[in-house]
Amino acid sequence: MFRILEKGLLAPRVNRYVVHAPQVARSWRAGQFVIVRPREDSERIPLTIADGSAETVTLVVQEVGKTTAVMADMQAGERLADLCGPLGVPAKIEKVGGVAVVGGGVGIAPAYPIAQAHKTFGNHVIAILGARTRELLIMEEEMRRASHETVIVTDDGSRGEKGFVTTALQRLLDLGRTIDEVVAVGPAVMMKMVAALTRDAGIPTRVSLNTIMIDGTGMCGGCRVAVGGRTKFVCVDGPEFDGHQVDFDLMMRRQAMYLDHERGTYEDYLETRRCRLDATREPSRR
Amino acid sequence: MTDWRARSPKDRLRLPAQPMPEQRPDARVRNMNEVALGFSADQARAEAARCLQCANPKCVAGCPVGIDIPRFVAAVADGDFASASAVIREKNLLPAVCGRVCPQEDQCQAACAVTKALKSAEDSVSIGRLERFVADWELGHGYVLPEKKPSSGKSVAVVGSGPAGLTVAGDLVRMGHAVTVFEALHRAGGVLIYGIPEFRLPKEIVRREVEYLERLGVEFRYDWVVGKTVRIKELLAEHQAVFLGAGAGLPNFLDVPGESLCGVYSANEYLTRTNLMRAFDFPASDTPLIRSRRVAVIGGGNVAMDSARMALRCGAETVSIVYRRSEKEMPARREEVHHAREEGVLFSLRWAPTRVLGDERGWVAGIEVIRMELGEPDASGRRRPAPIAGSERVLDVDAVIVAIGNQPNPLIAESCPAIRTTKWGGIVVDPNTQRTSMKGVFAGGDVVLGAATVILAMGEGRRAARAIAEYLEQGDWNGAPDPIPDE
Ligand SMILES: Cc1cc2nc3c(=O)[nH]c(=O)nc-3n(C[C@H](O)[C@H](O)[C@H](O)COP(=O)(O)OP(=O)(O)OC[C@H]3O[C@@H](n4cnc5c(N)ncnc54)[C@H](O)[C@@H]3O)c2cc1C
Ligand SMILES: Cc1cc2nc3c(=O)[nH]c(=O)nc-3n(C[C@H](O)[C@H](O)[C@H](O)COP(=O)(O)OP(=O)(O)OC[C@H]3O[C@@H](n4cnc5c(N)ncnc54)[C@H](O)[C@@H]3O)c2cc1C
Ligand code: SF4
Ligand code: SF4
Ligand code: FES
Repeated sequence: MFRILEKGLLAPRVNRYVVHAPQVARSWRAGQFVIVRPREDSERIPLTIADGSAETVTLVVQEVGKTTAVMADMQAGERLADLCGPLGVPAKIEKVGGVAVVGGGVGIAPAYPIAQAHKTFGNHVIAILGARTRELLIMEEEMRRASHETVIVTDDGSRGEKGFVTTALQRLLDLGRTIDEVVAVGPAVMMKMVAALTRDAGIPTRVSLNTIMIDGTGMCGGCRVAVGGRTKFVCVDGPEFDGHQVDFDLMMRRQAMYLDHERGTYEDYLETRRCRLDATREPSRR
Repeated sequence: MTDWRARSPKDRLRLPAQPMPEQRPDARVRNMNEVALGFSADQARAEAARCLQCANPKCVAGCPVGIDIPRFVAAVADGDFASASAVIREKNLLPAVCGRVCPQEDQCQAACAVTKALKSAEDSVSIGRLERFVADWELGHGYVLPEKKPSSGKSVAVVGSGPAGLTVAGDLVRMGHAVTVFEALHRAGGVLIYGIPEFRLPKEIVRREVEYLERLGVEFRYDWVVGKTVRIKELLAEHQAVFLGAGAGLPNFLDVPGESLCGVYSANEYLTRTNLMRAFDFPASDTPLIRSRRVAVIGGGNVAMDSARMALRCGAETVSIVYRRSEKEMPARREEVHHAREEGVLFSLRWAPTRVLGDERGWVAGIEVIRMELGEPDASGRRRPAPIAGSERVLDVDAVIVAIGNQPNPLIAESCPAIRTTKWGGIVVDPNTQRTSMKGVFAGGDVVLGAATVILAMGEGRRAARAIAEYLEQGDWNGAPDPIPDE
């Protein structure tokens, strides 16, 4: 169970894993996630299901701290200690007409099955993919297949247009394109900016939140956010919410809660990784 | 030792109750080890000799699983610990757990004849401590697996591995049925592993009890969230019956401004981080915990005491329990309150939180509380607290742990509308058979009772196991709550 069947690098520090998990593969829907513990002593971390087959799920993981680093050092053939899911409420896919699916950074991975589902459902899908720079842009090919049109933007203009996803979205609106719904998945700031833009334009907007989680089953409340002034649990009530109702500032503060703490463990881990690499590069020098 | 049986009852009543050896308060707040150390063999025999061996033992009726208390206590007094263990195992699958965490003073010991004769609850026969002694002795000496009936060819799915689920699994597997337990988390035990702290119930004990069930042939599947990974309907296609023991895990929050500031935790989150994920070992374990200096714990039950004592062990300088009624009304066990006091937990009684204050970075900077006055008793018999206008003040804290109760997790009911629930989300069952409104599905424990106790959950599990076995044999489905009509 949970054997990594394939692993590949998509961008610097972003890996794609195909994991054997038949019981999750059977029933997952776009928008759902799993909780993973890479190794026995690891933290539990949430990761979105980016794709699947009859017996596998695909995860796209960006290395940002110790747990994702431990995962980055695992290879095809190894097993994850735990993979639990599919969790959360599936993305709401309805026939609305024109849908803009906005993916930023690794958020493109979870946006992919949502775009695919909208296309299958008969909506006209415009994908807007954003990345800091060209080498960080992932899954462009897949997204092109999952949408009718694809717009690419990078912060530095090294690929596609220069600017942010909001620049591209604004331009589409200025051109009078039919956009009846927007789905945004990516860093919290990006989702906040997209929601601010579409609020003014009056376009319903769904965002997929990525708070810190522990159990992922509604038991701890650690993932809570304020939506429309009410407390919601992202793991069971979400992860998808009405972007115009989410208190993003609160969410971002909660996301950063353990920042200082975690930095230390990550740095320690990077240090041991360097030692390990040195050891393999320079065998038997003593 | 003189033959204890020769002593007259009057004589026995004069024997002193044995004190429980404990770690000293100043030492134990600096470690995670168990507070109560357990009786020595001599102490256990001396304590057991105080039992009057009543012809009509009231203690047994006080125990929700009906352990034959006089018989096991006599065996302890005889020094025949193996027999004592066998007597307990007849009825109780988790003796090392119950001996530690049962509210004995309200159950078996409340009814004990010695309590009555001496008019002192503290001087009853220490049934729970004796049970713990025997169970620990057994863990050290190995156990004999009980007989199992030949395979019935039938199989049962158990949802949740808390005390209710474990009891159902143990009972049914011994009756010859195949049992698979589906657990959402990565480890078995429910609240026993993620809630009740290490210093009250070492996780190693829970692990061994689970291992005992595995050796009996129970299969455990971790990371299976029923309602998400698999639906109840699908379970029924592969198993002849399903037992729901999913507990009451959904934490209540305060519903006051500031409850989502950084540094406000539910007790579940705080205890899960520290227990299940061993955050107290951070960075040796991967799950972090912020070191808080001054902690307010809201609530007055066992969960509040556990959170407060855990916070001390995680390095807090001061920890205050903030409770809106007086000490008399606190639902926590006396012993827990006493232990908390000894360790230096402060009590702010008759204060209720009105809002949590934050700093510019969104962290807790204090909590505003208001003085409460107690009015007439309400439906629960406890006096209803009401705020005194203008009495607000601010406590200087940097973390708030909310321990004001849990409700059944709505996941299961949401995924299966055929299962009837109450207003507050509890699953409706027939009290004699634990049958739900869906044919073949039984439920018990906190998911039915709301947050209750380990032994009550086990009692429901026992009743459910009996009813499931009957159902597997006879197949009739009478007396269950009315099914929900198809729309
Ligand atoms: C529903 C959901 C789906 C997710 N899907 C994916 C995915 O498909 N791919 C992926 O790479 N990541 C995903 N994430 C984020 C991922 O869970 C975190 O990156 C991971 O938990 C970090 O663990 P760590 O121990 O490596 O880093 P940590 O040491 O825990 O954190 C390192 C840094 O990341 C920040 N951080 C921690 N958790 C989160 C979070 N949930 N979101 C944003 N920042 C965070 C911390 O503040 C810190 O700055 C998802 C999160 C959620 C809630
Ligand atoms: C901090 C704390 C201290 C306590 N102290 C005491 C005490 O001293 N004495 C005492 O008697 N009682 C105490 N209690 C109460 C006692 O622990 C509970 O009443 C008891 O554990 C309930 O047992 P249960 O089997 O019904 O549920 P739980 O122990 O809650 O177990 C339920 C299990 O089901 C799993 N689950 C939930 N949903 C699903 C799903 N959809 N699919 C699969 N699995 C699922 C959960 O992960 C969990 O493992 C305490 C409780 C807490 C929280
Ligand atoms: S199981 Fe609990 S109630 Fe029963 S005898 Fe043991 S301690 Fe008492
Ligand atoms: S009621 Fe007390 S004295 Fe009587 S048998 Fe039970 S434990 Fe012994
Ligand atoms: S992660 Fe614990 S409630 Fe959502």
